[in-house]
Amino acid sequence: MTRIGSDTSSPAVSAAAPALLSVRDLDVRYGAICALQGVSLNINPGEIVTLIGSNGAGKTTLLRTISGLLKPANGEITLLPTSPSPHPPTALSKLRPHEIVRLGISHVPEGRQIFPNLTVSENLLLGAYQRRDDLSADIARCHTLFPILKERQSQKAGTLSGGEQQMLAIARALMSRPRLLLLDEPSLGLAPLIVRKIFDIIREINAEGTTIFLVEQNAHLALKIAHRAYVLQTGRILMTDSAQALLANPEVQKAYLGG
Amino acid sequence: MPLLAKANQIDSVPRTPAWMLNLFWLALILACYPINRLLEANLNDYLYLVLTRICLNIVLATSLNLINGITGQFSLGHAGFMAVGAYTCGTFLQHYVGVGWNPIAAALLFVIVGGLLAAVAGLIVGVPALRLRGDYLAIATLGFGEIIYIVIRSTESIGPFKIGSAAGLDGIPKVTTFFWAATAAIITVVCVWRLAYSAKGKAFAAIREDEVAAAAMGINTTFYKVTAFVIGAFFAGVAGGLYGALDQTIDPEQFRFTRSIEIVALVVLGGTGSITGVVLAAIVLMILSEALRDLKGVTHVDLRLIVYALLLIITMLLRPQGLMGAKEIFRSRRKRNLSQPAPAA
Ligand SMILES: Nc1ncnc2c1ncn2[C@@H]1O[C@H](COP(=O)(O)OP(=O)(O)O)[C@@H](O)[C@H]1O
Ligand SMILES: [Mg+2]
Repeated sequence: MTRIGSDTSSPAVSAAAPALLSVRDLDVRYGAICALQGVSLNINPGEIVTLIGSNGAGKTTLLRTISGLLKPANGEITLLPTSPSPHPPTALSKLRPHEIVRLGISHVPEGRQIFPNLTVSENLLLGAYQRRDDLSADIARCHTLFPILKERQSQKAGTLSGGEQQMLAIARALMSRPRLLLLDEPSLGLAPLIVRKIFDIIREINAEGTTIFLVEQNAHLALKIAHRAYVLQTGRILMTDSAQALLANPEVQKAYLGG
Repeated sequence: MPLLAKANQIDSVPRTPAWMLNLFWLALILACYPINRLLEANLNDYLYLVLTRICLNIVLATSLNLINGITGQFSLGHAGFMAVGAYTCGTFLQHYVGVGWNPIAAALLFVIVGGLLAAVAGLIVGVPALRLRGDYLAIATLGFGEIIYIVIRSTESIGPFKIGSAAGLDGIPKVTTFFWAATAAIITVVCVWRLAYSAKGKAFAAIREDEVAAAAMGINTTFYKVTAFVIGAFFAGVAGGLYGALDQTIDPEQFRFTRSIEIVALVVLGGTGSITGVVLAAIVLMILSEALRDLKGVTHVDLRLIVYALLLIITMLLRPQGLMGAKEIFRSRRKRNLSQPAPAA
């Protein structure tokens, strides 16, 4: 499941291997508003999968449903269990958010949502809330990935810059040692240089073995680091392909890449 | 990794072991007994009463601080919890001491029973709290307090136990001393401190900071919100019971929403989330309100609520984080040892 290098071709996953996360015919409603309709997608172990779509397409809704913060009206979300074959995939849609975190899914929410009046260290510790084992290796890893967090460890998280807060939000999510990391628009409101840095780190996290589901409006960057991609439009999956193919797709270029 | 663990040991001051702290608190509670004797012998009745009331005020403010300041659930129902404790304890005490029970033993039992019944009320209020936030929660808890008030005001008795409707309940045996009140204050502060600053207890603060993010981190937000309400209500009930056994009389008007607002004011002034700040506010405001009570003879109006309101406005303008913000007075700024596994709460 570990992938070496940072080429953007699909990792070596045999076609028969079951998906890590599988979403089937998902409908999600806010009262009378249908935010998602019949959404199906697969995320294979070791992949970076991206979901692109314009504002209001339903991207955040999908992530929040996967992590249990919203309940679907119809459809099913299943996660591959940690122990091999005899166990069937675990159904997620009846579970509460904290149970889903325990199964290995970690969510970096849109707009970061760090705990502003707690210190950087306390934010990280809260990310490891479900764990009882030794955290030193994880703290060290976060500090290696984001050296700035080490410098700022006893500072209130609310005093960090936007980019640093995004880094903290990602580091905090990594503290639970997720198998699948959900990222909701990590580029939102950040300067291009910082976005680039964060995307490099996302690729590094993936190279170390964490599967990533990346939701982005910034389609160009997302497609560059992803293996596969889905396009979401007003609550429905419009198309899916390898990220390279979508980058070259004229329709996608016209609608999402400003060309 | 051993190297990192070493590095962390160097810059972290060793923690005081838990048993030593427990012993210290126990010693402090025991010390209150001779102190009480001393105060009884040397202080005039009025000052003794004020000191006792200050302790009960600390219980009320600290328990609301858990719900309101630390967990961030804006509750205006604290007087309601207090009423449940006061009436439960008051009526049982009156009845059973009347049939010959030992007042001290009975008071100990019924203060706790009153706290437990208030905790049940906290559970009942805590459940809607899961669905409501901010202003809506404040209105719902306000409604709860008023329901308690109306129920008490229109109940004459339950079986052999007198409630006394609008006239109130009197003839409660006088049991509460400074010793009782101080013990309750110490236990409340220690419990809330332990909860708030334990490794798992950071969950309360996380919910206050960002509830959705807290849930996304794997925190069972439902559990912690209800826990805050139940424990907060328990101590409010204990304070209510002790108030009844101090004043020997209670009436429904004492437990209306102005009482809740007074307690909220203590939390806001002390610094929402700061346990020591709120204790300090409870002491200062009690003294202030006694001073204003003396002034009433001159002005012929109750200035207390006006002064509370003014203080709140001034705080909001000059120091919106409260006296202490989220800081504590005695908390050492030792570095959190990140390499050590979180100690169990
Ligand atoms: N809490 C809510 N209540 C009602 N409608 C909502 C809510 N949140 C989102 N929506 C609607 O659902 C749709 C999808 O929103 P969202 O998932 O946030 O889109 P995206 O993340 O792709 O920008 C939008 O039309 C939005 O207006
Ligand atoms: Mg969104």
